[in-house]
Amino acid sequence: MRDPLGRPPVVLMVPAFLATLLLVVPLVAMVGATDWAELPDQLRSEPLRQALWLSLTTSTAATFICLVLGLPLAWLLARVEFRGRGGLRAVVTVPLVLPPVVAGIALRTAFGRTGVIGEPLLALTGFAFPFTTAGVVLAHVFVAMPFVVIAMEGALRSADKEYDAAAATLGATRWTTFRRVSVPLALPGILAGLVLGWARSLGEFGATITFNGNYPGVTQTMPNLIYVTRQSDQDAALALSMVMLIVSIGVLLALRDRWLGTP
Amino acid sequence: MSEAPNGTGRPANLDVSVRVANRVEAAFTARPGEVLAVIGPNGAGKSSLVRALAGLVPAEGHARLGEVDLLQVPARDRAVGLVFQGQFLFPHLTALANVAFGPRARGTPRAEAEADAQALLDRFGIGELGERRPRQLSGGQAQRVAIARALATDPRLLLLDEPLTGLDIKVAMALRIELGRHLASYDGVTLLVTHDAIDALTIADRVLVLDEGKVAQLGTPAEVSQRPRTEHVARLVGLNVVRHEEQLMAFTPDAVVVTLQEPVGSPRFRWHGRVADVSPHGDAVRLMVHAEPDLIADVTPAAATELSLVPGREVWLSVKATAVRSYASGGR
Repeated sequence: MRDPLGRPPVVLMVPAFLATLLLVVPLVAMVGATDWAELPDQLRSEPLRQALWLSLTTSTAATFICLVLGLPLAWLLARVEFRGRGGLRAVVTVPLVLPPVVAGIALRTAFGRTGVIGEPLLALTGFAFPFTTAGVVLAHVFVAMPFVVIAMEGALRSADKEYDAAAATLGATRWTTFRRVSVPLALPGILAGLVLGWARSLGEFGATITFNGNYPGVTQTMPNLIYVTRQSDQDAALALSMVMLIVSIGVLLALRDRWLGTP
Repeated sequence: MSEAPNGTGRPANLDVSVRVANRVEAAFTARPGEVLAVIGPNGAGKSSLVRALAGLVPAEGHARLGEVDLLQVPARDRAVGLVFQGQFLFPHLTALANVAFGPRARGTPRAEAEADAQALLDRFGIGELGERRPRQLSGGQAQRVAIARALATDPRLLLLDEPLTGLDIKVAMALRIELGRHLASYDGVTLLVTHDAIDALTIADRVLVLDEGKVAQLGTPAEVSQRPRTEHVARLVGLNVVRHEEQLMAFTPDAVVVTLQEPVGSPRFRWHGRVADVSPHGDAVRLMVHAEPDLIADVTPAAATELSLVPGREVWLSVKATAVRSYASGGR
């Protein structure tokens, strides 16, 4: 249909087209370069299955923790007025812009065997996060939480505060209101935030490898495996990347159909 | 119906003297069963008053409902029902769940809360719509659900914030009659915020007029409509009111004679002004004229055409002394 406002200007269409190319070409190239015959063999390899399983479980665990801890934080930022709210939001946002390697170093300083929390934790329980699967989850939570909190805060904010007021006049406590009004109203945004966090976790590389090293079956997630494989076998790395792409897109599509609807 | 916070269940007198900083300051009392209309121009403090009573904005003073000073208890523990402007029904809950929400939040078991909610919906003539979500309801139906939701907690004070605003005129008319009936059988105190004089004059037992955050007038609908104390009240009830020495003079818009020349003879009261607005009003054409003070005048469509009465047109207005009702402006 002809747009009554006139044709889109070339000066906008050309950059838009280039942006699309830039995003699509690498993925298409990867799909084209993959040796599809070799893919089933790759799938059967033990390191891949270990890494894929580890990636899926740690990302899911991290996402769950982001929900349990991040949703209350998002609610606090969206619904409660207090001194320093702006500052707290800024602090929450920092890991968003922090290079992941730096995040790994920061985690070391806090949770490493000689870290601020890590040392007393080790003394008390004999447990230390670095080089463990729990450490992988911790790194994932650290990098994914900002995405989750910011997305969920936006979702909670977009639900009119007047609904909270209505619930209060009907006798609901803030906890009841949170459960029965705020969360259901913000649910699509909350789920979108979780998907975003999960995807960020799945792709996490820098913080994980810095904080936890790269031990097969324990801390070797898919990105780590791809990284080490690439140093010896380019084709295998390509095949692994394909698996990652398929898993990511598959999960995204599944969630989109079930929960997110079409925007 | 539901478990009772703070004296729910017994009719109670309302004794209010509240101040919301920079918004409104009002003192009044009301008896159980009484419907008090709160009218006034935008920004007069109507919504602030009801939100203060509901506990949604901080206020000073007192608002005693029976033995309880509402201002001393949090919003959720007040025996107050509020119907919001714009309703704010929970969009993710069915009509029935919306109505049952209050009793459920106060601890009534689900089955009992839902049975009570169903009974309320039945009373409002929408019993068969219980499973619908708010967006599947018409404006009038949604407003009935909103009122039922507020009544479900069995409040001693019912606050209705512009309940008929935004509805189709016919729907508003039907709902007004129905609302009047429901309120007549309700034994608590009702505050009905409205900007529509018809609501105030037909449903209310008394009318509280707010202007610039203060009570401008408080009286029965008859008192307020016949002897409005301010221009705004007069405008609301469709009258002109003019201050003349110590007297207020009220006259209807159709008593006003509109001419282009200064009126000859000697009508006692005349004003020179500029037409500000022209709108249909029943079979007549209603003019809003900027003069000292602003006045409204009704003329026939033929006259409006003949005199080219369009905004900006300079006109003379006059009114015969016999058409004017004068009264002392004294106290409130």
